[in-house]
Amino acid sequence: MEYIQQQFIQMFGAEWGAMLFSLATNMTFIFAIVVPLLLGVAYLTFAERKIIAYMQIRVGPNRVTFFGIPWLRGWGQPIADAVKAIMKEIVIPTGANKFLFILAPILTIMPALAAWAVIPFSPELVLANINAGLLYILAMTSMGIYGIIIAGWASNSKYAFLGAMRSAAQVVSYELAMGFALVCVLMMSQSLNLGDIVNGQQGDSFLNWYLIPLFPMFLVYLISGVAETNRAPFDVAEGESEIVAGFHVDYSGMAFTVFFLAEYANMILVAALTSIMFLGGWLPPVDIAPFTLIPGFIWLLLKIAFILFFFLWFRATFPRYRYDQIMRLGWKVFIPITLIWIVLLGLIMQLPESVREFPPLNIWF
Amino acid sequence: MNRIKKFFSTFLLFELLKGMAVTGKYLFKPKITVHYPEEKTPQSPRFRGLHALRRYPNGEERCIACKLCEAVCPALAITIESEQRADGTRRTTRYDIDLSKCIFCGFCEESCPVDSIVETRILEYHGEKRGDLIYTKEMLLAVGDRYEEQIAKDREADARYR
Repeated sequence: MEYIQQQFIQMFGAEWGAMLFSLATNMTFIFAIVVPLLLGVAYLTFAERKIIAYMQIRVGPNRVTFFGIPWLRGWGQPIADAVKAIMKEIVIPTGANKFLFILAPILTIMPALAAWAVIPFSPELVLANINAGLLYILAMTSMGIYGIIIAGWASNSKYAFLGAMRSAAQVVSYELAMGFALVCVLMMSQSLNLGDIVNGQQGDSFLNWYLIPLFPMFLVYLISGVAETNRAPFDVAEGESEIVAGFHVDYSGMAFTVFFLAEYANMILVAALTSIMFLGGWLPPVDIAPFTLIPGFIWLLLKIAFILFFFLWFRATFPRYRYDQIMRLGWKVFIPITLIWIVLLGLIMQLPESVREFPPLNIWF
Repeated sequence: MNRIKKFFSTFLLFELLKGMAVTGKYLFKPKITVHYPEEKTPQSPRFRGLHALRRYPNGEERCIACKLCEAVCPALAITIESEQRADGTRRTTRYDIDLSKCIFCGFCEESCPVDSIVETRILEYHGEKRGDLIYTKEMLLAVGDRYEEQIAKDREADARYR
């Protein structure tokens, strides 16, 4: 690393060399995050089809082999899908607003990828170690809804418009519950920095993770996350049976694929955030030899995969919520629960030192 | 009391967990998918697939151009033209089945007094151009010659019920 820095300084001079070097390292880091992320998205679609098929006693995609390796049957499917999507024409409807129509998918995927800047993969491995990391995440995840609203508006179609309206109301409602659930995490960790939040869960075992003291908040966050990404059972924004495909009816080819990618990238993001804030991020479940040998990065990936499996499991299990039920759940169930838990948590934290030393309170406070 | 119980079972996601347990169990069950080109589902000897015209063992074609099949065909898929041959018997000069019209009801087979027109078990045939699915007499006879063994066996198996 330092040798490369020296080379840069020799080639471009002290000032320019240092600047170009930091630019180059940042770009490399960004690519190192985005490329595996997009590959992960591709294979998440495959995993989804496979797992849902297995839960429905089918076998799922198993025809396209990966470079002709016989035991990887089906593993070429995401690549074949991508090739198909790229080949297709992007149809722009006559009545559509061209500029907004093209802008919408970009606006959807941009925040889904940008939010990864602050995700800590291990104690040292983070692109932007900013103090207001959690705030940045909240800002970025709420940005995603603009893409959906613009898509619904720009398509100039009533189905797309209805889908966009539904999605907007739903995402805004669940953002509140999600935010309140995160306030509990903030109270526990006393920091907005995601790295500090994980460090706050450091301890002997998984009992120190915020999952245990904040279990209801974990559930609220997870369910809100499902709603936030417009996934089943909260996928009224797509609602095949009533509004065809919701906000992306008029999109085809690569423009549609970008929406698709954004949805799955958001899923991975929510899973990553859940594992960082409630499942101890890169920390091993038990702080003893065989577990600590595995690098923290792998632990984070395992936790993300675990949460993602739940996303797929939900989709295979639950029927779609009716729209008023979604609103009821968001406003009349989740928000009261989170508010009560915040007050309760505050009270516990204000208890005198002598009381907080009793187990199990001494683990967390 | 019942309402309280219901409230808690809903609030603690008990019902949802039960649903997830079901799908979770099915994740590990053996899959029932039949991998089609490699594996096939069993067929009945009465299967009604592609048509064939049969011959007698001496090579004479069975069809006597009675046109019963043409009359009974509900989809009007069969066209027959006939002529008297030198030996005085009546034979078809044209026997076309438009498979894109055919509904595979099997009435032609049932109406045939000499077991000439039959439906075989073949279901994997296709046409690549317009008109490919209009089968002429020669094509139907060829199908019959090729699969005679199977056809005869299937008629034999079903003979008791006919």
